[in-house]
Amino acid sequence: MADEKKVILKVKDLYQHFPISNGGIFKKQIGAIRAVDGISFDVYEGEILGIVGESGCGKSTTIRSIAQLHKPTGGEVIFNDVDLCKADNRTLLKERRQIQMIFQDPYSSLDPRMTVANIIAEPLEIYNARGLLDHKWTKEEIDNRVEELMDKVGINIAFKNRYPHEFSGGQKQRVGIARALALNPKIILADEPVSALDVSIQAQVLNLIQDLQQELGITFLFIAHDLAVIQHISDRVVVMYLGKIMEISEANELYKNPCHPYTEALLSAAPVPDPEIEKTRKRIVLEGDVPSPDKERFGCYFYDRCPKKMEYCKNHIPPMFDISENHKCACWHYDKEDHSKEA
Amino acid sequence: MKEFKNEDIILDVKELQTYFKTDAGILKAVDGVSFQVHRGETIGLVGESGCGKSVTNLSIMRLVPSPPGKIVGGEVLYEGEDILKLSEKELRNIRGNKISMIFQDPMSSLNPFLKISTQMIETITLHQKVSKQEAREKAIKMLGEVGIPSPEKRIDQYPHQFSGGMRQRVMIAMALSCNAEVLIADEPTTALDVTIQAQILELIGKMNEKFNTAVILITHDLGVVAGMCDNVCVMYAGKIVEKAPTDKLFKEPLHPYTEGLIASVPKLEDKGKKEKLFSIEGQPPNVIDLPPCCPFHPRCHKDIDVCHKCYPPTKQIDPDHSVSCWLYASEEEIAEALKEIK
Repeated sequence: MADEKKVILKVKDLYQHFPISNGGIFKKQIGAIRAVDGISFDVYEGEILGIVGESGCGKSTTIRSIAQLHKPTGGEVIFNDVDLCKADNRTLLKERRQIQMIFQDPYSSLDPRMTVANIIAEPLEIYNARGLLDHKWTKEEIDNRVEELMDKVGINIAFKNRYPHEFSGGQKQRVGIARALALNPKIILADEPVSALDVSIQAQVLNLIQDLQQELGITFLFIAHDLAVIQHISDRVVVMYLGKIMEISEANELYKNPCHPYTEALLSAAPVPDPEIEKTRKRIVLEGDVPSPDKERFGCYFYDRCPKKMEYCKNHIPPMFDISENHKCACWHYDKEDHSKEA
Repeated sequence: MKEFKNEDIILDVKELQTYFKTDAGILKAVDGVSFQVHRGETIGLVGESGCGKSVTNLSIMRLVPSPPGKIVGGEVLYEGEDILKLSEKELRNIRGNKISMIFQDPMSSLNPFLKISTQMIETITLHQKVSKQEAREKAIKMLGEVGIPSPEKRIDQYPHQFSGGMRQRVMIAMALSCNAEVLIADEPTTALDVTIQAQILELIGKMNEKFNTAVILITHDLGVVAGMCDNVCVMYAGKIVEKAPTDKLFKEPLHPYTEGLIASVPKLEDKGKKEKLFSIEGQPPNVIDLPPCCPFHPRCHKDIDVCHKCYPPTKQIDPDHSVSCWLYASEEEIAEALKEIK
């Protein structure tokens, strides 16, 4: 990780609620799914920040809100001194050039009726047509750029006029990565880019992402539900649960010293491909399922399933406590005062 | 480590071949797969998508859609009887009764229109001579067994009222409700979250111990295999390339594919400065019209000349460890194979 930590993206108290309507013609709102419920974190330049959590914990919503694909209900996303949540369309278009996305499913994120070259060139063409690039690019320049990108992500240039269905899953994901790189972004938001791939292909794509990150110095926000993948690729890790951040830590530190009971459970539940470790280690099996995020909570979000819960946790939302310099955890057990006897 | 004796073999799959007829040619999804399952054993079938793990198990249950699929050769012996030769009626006595199956997606394997009770009672009364009332009691007992709280109430609910993990529990209860001796679990946890996956795996392990049910666990996750299985078969392009007890397989994988597969999984451990993952280059092959060579040789980092020409013989390295790779063949064998080609 870079020593001089420059914050490139600041997320402050981000809320993303989706209304539940009563089904009538006036769509009266009767509640909300609190997909992201007040999260704050900084992203440093040139790092890979991993976001991990179970399905429904709001990881995808978080990065979609950062990219303004959903208008956040509240909070700020500050990039280049601009609050993206309040920016007008023109500024947003300009700033968003620096923030690109890679999606989970390579099959549905590529237009089946466009050739690969067109897919990769599309972002360039959009920005070119609006005159937001440094100069007016000629068709030739765009073609050259597309070839350069295909080469960079490891697709044979001879395939440029093929359609997505002619590629395998791993290759499609490479096309998706090339498209995200087209505009030379500063940040790439990667939404589970490897979870639809086989193990051997997954390793190829992870290596590619690591190479690109080192070569181009792009900052990645990397989502995965597989802890081992996150641990492998990230510099820092955010653990989310029910739309809240439970723990933020440097990756190795999180693995060595998980503080939040949820992180502990998550780490112990992840299967390890080593029979000796598997047979000896103790597994914390959490009871029950992730509750529905449709009601407002006044206590710790993990209270229902927590093996270490106290009476105090029920009615008090824990703030982020500092464990060490690069490690924060939202759990009352790490407060300086002892709450075990309070109610 | 459990010991298994030969007389405990409950399911014996011999040279199973399942082909599919497609417009592009014959697709050899399963091409000569043999393995044995002992009573109370948990055996893992691992491989990437398209390697034929699921088709192997569908063939055992004779559930391969035909056409286009056809079991063209081999035997599946259940207690000495060849399942592939049974009539539909005889087969029904075994399928769902003695050998049952749970699938990857618990939502689509339950009927959304029927209550859990209807679906479970149907299974039980179909295979056992019991009244509806008894079947219902049995169903409630099984639901309690798999850890569903207040089963007497939950049994009258519909599948959508259960969460993903709960539905998979219902599937397991249903599969085991007829005292099945073999449980085939086809990627039972792939659609579930890690914490729920841990719950379901623990449950399968518990059921395996309690009822002495043999489990065939199909998965692509080597971590799941490491924690659950006694023996593992690694499949590639419709063939088993390596078969060994779990500990041995992970400690000293012999086949370069197994080695690559294990190395390419990111490990949850302290890493130094950014290390690269080992990756197997290229893609799994298309199994239509495979040349008679080792299907793995284009991706292999240890390939030798003979790999490009003929399929390697299966070698028993230890009594319980076999591998299909030319690296373990003697020089005479290689010479002979090359001579035959010419």
